[in-house]
This record gives sequence, C-alpha cells and structure tokens, in this order.
Amino acid sequence: MNNYLNKIYIILDRELKGYFRTPLASIFLLVFLALSSGMTFFLGRFFERDQADLTAFFSWHPWLFLVLMPAIGMRLWAEERRSGTIELLITLPVTNTQLVVGKFLASWIFTLIALILTMPIWITVNYLGEPDNHVILISYLGSWLMAGAFLALTSCLSALTKNQVIAFIISSISGFVLIMAGFNLVLSAVRSWSPNWITETISSMSFLSHFSRIQMGVFDLSTLVFFISMIILCLWINVQLVQVKKAD
Amino acid sequence: MSGKLINATNLKKSFDQFIAVDNIDLSVSRGEVVGFLGPNGAGKSTTMKMLTGFLEPDNGQIFVNNINLKSDPLKAKEFIGYLPEGAPSYSDMIVADFLSFIGKMRGLNHNSLSKRLEEMANQINLKEMWNRPIETLSKGFKRRVGIAQALIHDPDILILDEPTDGLDPNQKHEMRNLIKRISTNKAIVISTHILEEVEAVCSRAVIIANGKLLANDTPKNLENKFLNKNTLSIKVSNKINNVISKDIKSLIKYDDVKIQKTDISTHTILISDNKKVPNLNTVLKQINKLKLDVIEANFQKVSLEEIFRTITSDNNSK
Repeated sequence: MNNYLNKIYIILDRELKGYFRTPLASIFLLVFLALSSGMTFFLGRFFERDQADLTAFFSWHPWLFLVLMPAIGMRLWAEERRSGTIELLITLPVTNTQLVVGKFLASWIFTLIALILTMPIWITVNYLGEPDNHVILISYLGSWLMAGAFLALTSCLSALTKNQVIAFIISSISGFVLIMAGFNLVLSAVRSWSPNWITETISSMSFLSHFSRIQMGVFDLSTLVFFISMIILCLWINVQLVQVKKAD
Repeated sequence: MSGKLINATNLKKSFDQFIAVDNIDLSVSRGEVVGFLGPNGAGKSTTMKMLTGFLEPDNGQIFVNNINLKSDPLKAKEFIGYLPEGAPSYSDMIVADFLSFIGKMRGLNHNSLSKRLEEMANQINLKEMWNRPIETLSKGFKRRVGIAQALIHDPDILILDEPTDGLDPNQKHEMRNLIKRISTNKAIVISTHILEEVEAVCSRAVIIANGKLLANDTPKNLENKFLNKNTLSIKVSNKINNVISKDIKSLIKYDDVKIQKTDISTHTILISDNKKVPNLNTVLKQINKLKLDVIEANFQKVSLEEIFRTITSDNNSK
C-alpha cells in the first residue's frame, strides 16, 4: 500500500512542480485572483451590499471555474498523448489508476493554492465586520470540492484528444451543461418530454444548486456525496479512456 | 521455466481491419542484441509496444523473465527499459529531474538512485547537460537522455525503438558503441531500418514486413543463406585494360564474364553461368595463365541490404 501511494505521490510531485516550471502557474494565479476580486467588488457589489459575508465572492466561483479549471486540466492527458510521453508513463511499473489519480491530485492541490491566495479577502471581511466564519470555511471547502469535480471532468475529457484547445472547449461546454442543469431553462425543456425521475436526476446533478446550498452554510451529506462521486466517476472514466485511447 | 528473457509466441495485433502484427514469435536470451528490421509500417513498433506492455496483443503470450506480461504486468515491467520511438521526454524538465523522476517511478531508493544517476551522467556522457532543460538539448543529447531513462534501473531487458534515428554519423557511432558496451549482460531488442546498424551491433537479425516475420537468424547466416552461388567473384590487384579484358573473356569459358573496377588498383571479375555453377579451380587456373594477382576469390556476397530488399519485396509481391 505504501508503495502504491508512493507512486501516486511521485506523479503528483512531478505534475505540481510542472505547473511552476512554466509561466502557466503565475499567469493562472494572477488571472484567478484578478477575476475573483474583480467579480466580487464590481459585479458582486461587495461594498454596496453592506454585509459582512463573502457571498459576493463565492457566488461567482462556478462561472470562474467553468473557464479556469479547463485551463488547468486541459493539458493533463492531451499533452501526454501529443508528446508521446504517455508511452513512457504506461510502460513504467504503475497502474493507470495511479497515473490518473496522481495527475488529478496535482491539479486539485494547485487549485487549493489558488484558493488559499484569496485569503486576504477573508481577512478584509473580518476586519470590516463580524462575518460567520463557519459559513465562509464551508464555502471554501465547497468551492474546492466543486473545483475538483470540474477538474476531474476536464482530466477525463482531455484523455479524449491530443489537442489541448479541443480539451479546453469540450470541458468548458460540459461544465456549462452541468452548471445549467439546475436552471429552469434546462429543466422545463426536459420536463416536457421526459418522466419526472429524469428531470429530478438532471436537477440533482446541478453544480449550481449544490453550491448554492453550501454558500448558505448547509453542507449536507448529499452535497458531499455528489461532488465526491462526480470526481470518482470522472476519474474512473478517465482511467478507461487512457486505456482505450493511449495508442490512437 | 525458459532461459529466455523475452519469450513471445503467436503475437497478433490488429487495428480495425488492418493487421499490424500477424503471428510473430520472438525470443531473446541474455547477451543477445536482436535487430528488428523492416520497412516503415512493417509492425516493428507495434511489436515493441506489445513487448513493453504498452499495447495488449489480440492473441498470443509474452513472458518477460518468465513472468506473464498479461497476468502480472507491473512485475514484468520492472525488468524492462524502453526507449519509445522519437525518445519522448518531459521537455520542460531538466535532465537530472527527469531521470530522477523515472528512477523513483522504477522503485529506486534514495541511495541507489543517486548512484545510478551518477553512473548515467558518466556512462552516457550527460554531465555537461545535467542541469539543462531537455527542450534546449540537441537531438543527440535528447536521444541520450532517452537511453539514460531506459537504463536508469539497470534492467535485464532493453527495448530501443530506432535509437539512432536522426543522429549524425558520430552520434550514431557513439550510440552503437554504447549498445555494444551494455549488451553483455542484457537482452536487447533494437528496431531500425538502417541495415549497417544491424551488421554493426546485432547478434541476430529479425526481418519483418506486413506484420509477418520473414527471417530470424544471425546476420552472418543470413548472408550465407543468400550467398549468390551462381556468381563467382575474383578480385585481382592489377589494372585491367581493354586488351587484358578481351583475353580474360576469351579464356574463361562461362556464359557471362563482367569486369568491374573496385578501386584505383584493384578490379573484380564476376563470372556467372545460367546452366552450371562456375568452378573456382578451373577459373583460377585460367586466370593464372594471364599472370593476374588474385587477392580474393569467393562466391558473390549479398549485402544485408539486398537480402532485406529481396525478402521484403518477395513478401509484398505475394
């Protein structure tokens, strides 16, 4: 077991350092911080709301992640396939599951670093008033979980192609569908022709409705199970896709 | 238990309707360097990818050091070092970090990894590039990095897909010397379409075309097998002018006599006959009458290149 986890750690370590070997990490972190702050203060009207909470900050995260998570995850497998290094990886004494999990965890930890760097806004809101820090902490955790689901989806889809741009586009579109699944626009279109359970299933898959509950400080088991199962399902499909598409 | 480090039987692999590898058997023992020869698209790389566990064969079995690659792939892969075609690597990493990553993935502990990294830097001449990003290296150095990653865990089996492709003549020479140097205690399979490479480093040549194994023998045996017994070749250290040429042709009583200039001071007389095999003694006696200095006499050798062309074109025409 130790050896199994050690291999995952070695892959994770290489991938995580890989983000910082190129300007990608700094560009991403800058863009993430600029956009999240910009949306909070300008679109979210942080000051005008006159409330000591971070709703204005977190409510934009699904939309931000819709673009930024595919940007982080698009290279995970597409680049391995394009450069041929997938052949090196798969002929090492390591399972596809270890490879997929190691790579995913690296990107997820990178997102955690990005989220940690937004902490000044938490400090600011504590300086300005007396926010419910319990809700903020839960929102941070929820945001990270949701980022993980977006990343797992992107990692899975990036195994479909050798082209990072295509991986980015299909991941963003799929992410958009998962966000919109909670909107009446989608649900009413489905409701008109499908049985009730399909509508409910689609509705329950909405990132937005799960994340809205978290933002209110409600972190129930169903939300945790939803995001974790979403991650596991995407990574499982990812492992299968690597197996099927590796030699294409 | 077989003494072979690689033992593959009835390998078959298809991609949709295309049969890439068709019932190939291959076994390699320790100390052997097997040259995998074939035209582009013959199935060399596909076979190598199956031997390394990258692709699963549709049919057939592969044993690596007596371990079934299908049922225990992780254990079997520990014995293999592999250089894929084009020597792919993580170009943004520096050489030391890349080799260290592969070494750790191969299960080397801290001490043995440091030792092997040092050995690789010296053996493969990578010292001066040690802290340079791989993307800034020349093709020759990139290929050396590829070899180093395949050797980092000192594997029993080395599978090298076109290790000298794209290298300049000096780099090719160095690479061949390296392969020769490490071949004594390993089983090595190299794929190439450069025939001189097989002659230079391989103890056995395997010729493959259209996914089928067409020949599997030592380069020497292949040459002997394809020796042209109908053409006698006599090399003489004399200058042959038109008069001597006419004399030779009138003296030698065989159908076809050709005289070729080999270099400044030597000529080669090629004698053949459609009805009978030319007799060496008779021909030498006839040549002696002209007081020519014979320096070499044998049946005409066929180069590995000609053998390769003959075998693969025969297969194509079928």
